[in-house]
Amino acid sequence: MSGKVIVIGGGVAGMQAAATLLGMGHRPVILEKNTRIGGKLNDWHRLFPSLTPATEVLEQLKSRLDGVEVLTGTEVQAVGSGEVTTTDGRRLEADAVIIASGFEVFPAELKEEYGYTLYDNVYTTVDIERMFNEGRVCLANGAAPRSIAFLHCVGSRDEKVSQRHCSRVCCITGVKQAMEMKGLFPDAEVYNFYMDIRMFGPGYEEMYREAQEKYNIHFIRGRISEAGETQDRRVQIKAEDTLIGRPLKMTVDMLVLIVGMQAARSNVPFAGCEGIRLRPSGFLEPADSFCSNVCSGTPGVFYAGTATAPKNVGESINEGTAAAVKAAGYIESGKGDAGR
Amino acid sequence: MKGASWKEYQKDIADDGYFYVRSCIRQNFFPGSEKAFLSILRNDLGKDIGEDLKHTSCTGIGYHTDIVPLETIMTVVARQFALMGEAGYENLTSSCITSFGIYTEMLETWHEFPETEERTREYLYKATGREFKKPKNVAHTSDVIYKHREEIAAKSKVRLVNAMTGEPLQVVEHIGCHYAKLFPKKGVGGSEFPYVLAGMIESWGGQVLDYPERRHCCGFGFRNYLVQANRGFSIANSQKKLESMSRYRPDFIVTNCPGCAMFLDKWQYTIAEMEGSIYGQDGKGIPVLTYEEMAGLVLGYDPWALGMQMHQVAVEPLLDKLGIDYDPAAKYLGRNGKYMGVPDQGAVNMNCTSQPYMRTL
Repeated sequence: MSGKVIVIGGGVAGMQAAATLLGMGHRPVILEKNTRIGGKLNDWHRLFPSLTPATEVLEQLKSRLDGVEVLTGTEVQAVGSGEVTTTDGRRLEADAVIIASGFEVFPAELKEEYGYTLYDNVYTTVDIERMFNEGRVCLANGAAPRSIAFLHCVGSRDEKVSQRHCSRVCCITGVKQAMEMKGLFPDAEVYNFYMDIRMFGPGYEEMYREAQEKYNIHFIRGRISEAGETQDRRVQIKAEDTLIGRPLKMTVDMLVLIVGMQAARSNVPFAGCEGIRLRPSGFLEPADSFCSNVCSGTPGVFYAGTATAPKNVGESINEGTAAAVKAAGYIESGKGDAGR
Repeated sequence: MKGASWKEYQKDIADDGYFYVRSCIRQNFFPGSEKAFLSILRNDLGKDIGEDLKHTSCTGIGYHTDIVPLETIMTVVARQFALMGEAGYENLTSSCITSFGIYTEMLETWHEFPETEERTREYLYKATGREFKKPKNVAHTSDVIYKHREEIAAKSKVRLVNAMTGEPLQVVEHIGCHYAKLFPKKGVGGSEFPYVLAGMIESWGGQVLDYPERRHCCGFGFRNYLVQANRGFSIANSQKKLESMSRYRPDFIVTNCPGCAMFLDKWQYTIAEMEGSIYGQDGKGIPVLTYEEMAGLVLGYDPWALGMQMHQVAVEPLLDKLGIDYDPAAKYLGRNGKYMGVPDQGAVNMNCTSQPYMRTL
């Protein structure tokens, strides 16, 4: 039995879900609010821990979408069992729906004390990926940085900005970018300011050790309390090294804020729909965290990727597969088993 | 700076009808400022502002040094509100930053824990027979000046520009910690980049200086200073700020906190005595103004009527830059023209000389 499945979001999880459904003989339709599919992967340069170019993964995912209908510039307002309403008022019917609406990057300017958008040489990890993609990493004046500080947990585990959750992937992103920067600027001093280092994935811990042993990257356990701009447009930072119990002040050429993942604002309207709940963090809450972690409370509506919580690219792709299999099972069972 | 996120934070500030509560310490160190504020409000802006001689200290210093218990300060604050109501006002404006923080904190506490408000009402009634209404609006007096800054600009006789070059003066603004670091939403511009003084400076022709230690405490921080053994820490904080800002060659500092104005002014003398360091231009200190003094100068008030002869760092170089016509010989004449005497010459020319200051223009 073949069915039509609407996949909300054309990021890695949505593309994988659509490709899987297509391979199983169903008719997936991707609704993407932006003008192109690919999601955040479009903005990344290389992926941890293997440093695989993001374009490689993106092209591989895209290549499996031949025959998938993609509606770009389409944003969803409401989701129900068997139908989706877009913000421009269209009602699209389907046999099943997969929500793969992704996440948003935490807006670093909310942490004003770090001076993002205020000071010339304060960047985010997203900016660094963009600069790598553009092939030109440098300070605002075009010079090469001689000292670079990375700050972990910007917009993660931070009650003051209502982001209590851990974004999980930022630690390894900071380590990866620190190594890449050291590779690009071997004479530069590179510091990572952290409160915990959470290396949960395969190969991550090894990468963290390599960063210290091979790349001589300095890891300082302590959060930066504030940044200020010096007259020569460098960045003065204040922190506390909590391992030696001392405050420290240093001036670096470049401060990179390792920004976390926050729930997509596009999740909010979904929360008014039957069977769809938000976690306190704003991410979607699955029916349960174990056997039904890609299922919603509504039959025929499934979740994939970072719509439910921060995840890395591999995990998001896996969830795309899982949600597709669940959706297919739901259709093939005659919509009788609620897809769980 | 590239952005101006501070402008996004705004707060409600009453337009007229203020009950004024004074600072415990400002009359000693910057004695003309509170008088100037009342004069600006009443005479230049035509606003209704009243006060009651029976109002007391908010006891904030005692509270922050653990001498005054929470229940006591709440009752004292409630009494000030009662006086405000008795005087026929609904909006409160406080001269002191710590008091502003205290009033805000107590109102927030009553909001979060209504039972504490009920208890306070009971204590106040038992102690004084008074009842109170909470103010409709609580603003610091710098908020009030900020709100009317364009009106003041329209009436200005002096702009914050160098009279010789026409260039805007470079101004360091320093915000008292209790203005917005306690309750960021209660301050114009929030806690990281408060705009309350910056807005005045920009409206009146000056340019705000950003420098790395902009947000650093002036060094007062009650426990830092009130405990004598900690005073080295206090002065070290002031020194850190002064070192940081001096590279930008500020023409003057303006603050909205009684303690900050006092410490940034007087510690300059102490540091000069201790280390011989001078942070201003041409071997002189950096003048430190209150925002009332700054507004007063802009409106054409006489600097000696504003009490500026009481500053540790002489203000004459700044007055000259502004092109203000003042009488050097009148500097030490008090009320009714009575000669007050001249203070001893300060270390390394930080203070005024024993002779009336000779203008260079």
